[in-house]
Amino acid sequence: MSAGRAQLTPVARRYRISLPALAAASLVLVTLALALVFFVAPNDADQGFSQRIFYFHVSIAITAYFCFGLGAWKALVHLWKRDPRADLESYVAVHQGVIFGSLVLITGSIWAKISWGHWWLWSEDQLVLFLVLFLFYAAYFMLRFSVDPGPQRANMSAVYALFGVVLIPVSFMAIRLAKQAIHPVVFTLQGPKFGGWILVTYCVAQVAMLVLAYTLYRVELAGKRVDARVRELKEVLA
Amino acid sequence: MTTAETYVTAAYCAVFAIVLVYVLIIALKVQRLEREVDELAGRAAAREAEPEERREAAVVG
Repeated sequence: MSAGRAQLTPVARRYRISLPALAAASLVLVTLALALVFFVAPNDADQGFSQRIFYFHVSIAITAYFCFGLGAWKALVHLWKRDPRADLESYVAVHQGVIFGSLVLITGSIWAKISWGHWWLWSEDQLVLFLVLFLFYAAYFMLRFSVDPGPQRANMSAVYALFGVVLIPVSFMAIRLAKQAIHPVVFTLQGPKFGGWILVTYCVAQVAMLVLAYTLYRVELAGKRVDARVRELKEVLA
Repeated sequence: MTTAETYVTAAYCAVFAIVLVYVLIIALKVQRLEREVDELAGRAAAREAEPEERREAAVVG
């Protein structure tokens, strides 16, 4: 029995904030953000009501970058310290990044349709580079599930996740480096191009999305750990 | 409802729907895990019961 126990998945980290507290915080923050978006924030002078997509679209995009960054960081921890928990954490973070990335593409396309009259513009570097980043990390799953579970899969996945992180600043800076672009730039080196309730609403929406992503990350991680332990227990009891 | 309002509603509904689908997938997974844990508990109980049966058999014999 002791040999079987030695093979079991490493014990989960002890987190300072419990999962129910995180879920409650997500609910409160997302509700508050929605209330601010629809009842408090003023209409944009240029784009009018449609600008309200901005609050979730941009905050979800930043959250997707954050998730991909976290996935890369955990991949580095896996390769550097050989922490067995880091591989699963990297995988879950990349998965969250892909979910939030798909939301960025959907909300962005809807906003593009109403603002520019097109669902997608291949001439826009920001859009294409984000799609490249999204597809790069979507391919991560094809690589991961084409290799049998074990150290080799963990190492290959970690190296891939780490390479992808290079695309994050490229995607983020593309719009700032492009000379002619119709995609709006709202964050400059001089600070955001808006203030008042628009800034407050954006900040609340950003925090809400980050907390929601972290909650989903923790939920998925807990599920994956329980799944792994159940599989190992099945082998021990077989 | 204006066109702008329709598009904004569609965008926020898409976000809501994807998060809900994600929660549904997690709920299905938890349901499967529950079944598997029940199965494991059954196996463990059967294993615990085994030595007792043997002990009883030895006393009778």
